[in-house]
Amino acid sequence: MMQQSYYSLGRLTEIIGTWLLAILWALPLLYAFWSAFHPAEFSTRFDLLAPLTLKNFANAWGVAPFPRYFLNTFVLVTMILVAQFIICTLAAYAFVRFAFLGREVVFVLVLVQLMIMPDVLIVENYRIMSAFGLVDTILAIGLPYMASAFGIFLLRQTFKTVPKELEEAARVEGASTMQILWKVYIPLARPVYLAYGLVSVSYHWNNFLWPLVITNSVETRPLTVGLAIFAAPESGVDWSIITAGTLLAVAPLLIAFLLFQRQFVQSFMRAGIK
Amino acid sequence: MPVSRLLMSRVRGVRLQTHVYGWLLLLPAAVLLVTFTHYPTVATVIQSFFSTAKGTRAAEFVGLENYQFMLEDDLFWQVLGNNVVFALGTIPASIALAMLMAMLVNESIPGRGLARMAYFTPTILPMVAVANIWLFFYTPDYGLLDQIRGLFGFGSHNWLGDPNTVMGCIIVMTIWKEAGFFMIFYLAALQAIPPELREATMLEGAGKWYYFRRVVFPLLMPTTVFVLVNAVINSFKLVDQLFILTKGGPDNASNLLLYYIYQVAFDYWDTAAAATLTVVLLAILVTASVSQFYFLERRTHYQ
Repeated sequence: MMQQSYYSLGRLTEIIGTWLLAILWALPLLYAFWSAFHPAEFSTRFDLLAPLTLKNFANAWGVAPFPRYFLNTFVLVTMILVAQFIICTLAAYAFVRFAFLGREVVFVLVLVQLMIMPDVLIVENYRIMSAFGLVDTILAIGLPYMASAFGIFLLRQTFKTVPKELEEAARVEGASTMQILWKVYIPLARPVYLAYGLVSVSYHWNNFLWPLVITNSVETRPLTVGLAIFAAPESGVDWSIITAGTLLAVAPLLIAFLLFQRQFVQSFMRAGIK
Repeated sequence: MPVSRLLMSRVRGVRLQTHVYGWLLLLPAAVLLVTFTHYPTVATVIQSFFSTAKGTRAAEFVGLENYQFMLEDDLFWQVLGNNVVFALGTIPASIALAMLMAMLVNESIPGRGLARMAYFTPTILPMVAVANIWLFFYTPDYGLLDQIRGLFGFGSHNWLGDPNTVMGCIIVMTIWKEAGFFMIFYLAALQAIPPELREATMLEGAGKWYYFRRVVFPLLMPTTVFVLVNAVINSFKLVDQLFILTKGGPDNASNLLLYYIYQVAFDYWDTAAAATLTVVLLAILVTASVSQFYFLERRTHYQ
């Protein structure tokens, strides 16, 4: 009996602890929602009867060129994802299927990028982009990330698990090297592509420092940089409008996350473990 | 694939064909990696031995002068110290919270799906957006923090304007943003622990705490090393919040290494000093990654 009641007390603490921590963690975002959906005078007055409004969103949309920022981010994220899929797939296939000269050394050189990410090479990469005449282009934001060591590594690990028999069977049927990649390897790695894609999209949707350095016009700025300018204290924009703008900027990713929570969590897990 | 066909028909012998094919597939990745990772890394190191070109005066070789200047620069030491404080403030707390969160949502608790969602959501938000939201909490008078303190009769406080509290504010926000991300890795590790282990430990009459200390914690060790290294790397490469919250101020009290590099390079346009600082940052990042490799290789051989 004693044991039983002791155990359930422990369990009760666990449950309450889990909930309290969850509420604490959700508060900042819930607060942002509160502030964005209510008139400015209710920013810090929590009245359940406070009138709801969408005006803050309309104002935010009007104050900053959000449609353009959305377009820029969308183009950027898509461009990086497509390029990463192609470039990393080819490289991973090379590492797994071809015992070419210098393979081991080159692989280690690829892994260097896991330690030295483009995020910290902003000074030299800015110089390189200037030399190419690419400063203030969306292409320049994406270029340093397209050959992703992380993506190559992840796909190489996955391709390694493809059974040799499947490849042999395809070869017997007359498939060429590229057809084997397309018909055997890529379909089997589909979950990894999904996982990598989700991680990549969220990373580049949120990336800030390099885009800030390399862009200087509305036509190229992604959402994060636009948001930072819009929310700067100098801009003198009202608090509720800033939260509304912030929520607008995160909305696509947040909605996708809420809808596909399981896939997101599993993708980040998968990407981290390999 | 006309190009590859051509190559296949021209090059006789399988071995040469393997090399050529392998390299061709690798080519796009290799070109991009060399251009935007290897070359700039080497160029940064070289640049750190040269002076900054000014006007008509070209950059000239100055040996270790840039390093000497850096070591004599009080601001450099302050920024590095800040970064250490920031790392020590965020890392242990994030890891402990991440472990706790993972264990909580790994139990069959009512509402655990919602709890997991609450913990993880900050991870997918951009740091800039998070900083926007938190900025309001820290605003003097109007901000949520001061409003709550006001209820208890405390006066207002300029949280981000006070050198004594600014780092604490940034640390708390960063922990909120990161803990849920690290939780994921612990969750994956916990799910890999066979449930029989728990039953066996419990059968021997041991309590939950004993089970955690003697069974779970050691089994989570590889994950902890992985998370620790990533947390160290993040604490040196993620400075987005400073652009919104403090700009490194007041009086550089919240300035971090990468933000300082940004200032030196793009506010003062002193590329030599920026390169020298970047070499320090690279050294820190490489040390962190290599130590992970070293620890994990030695400790775990199960894969």
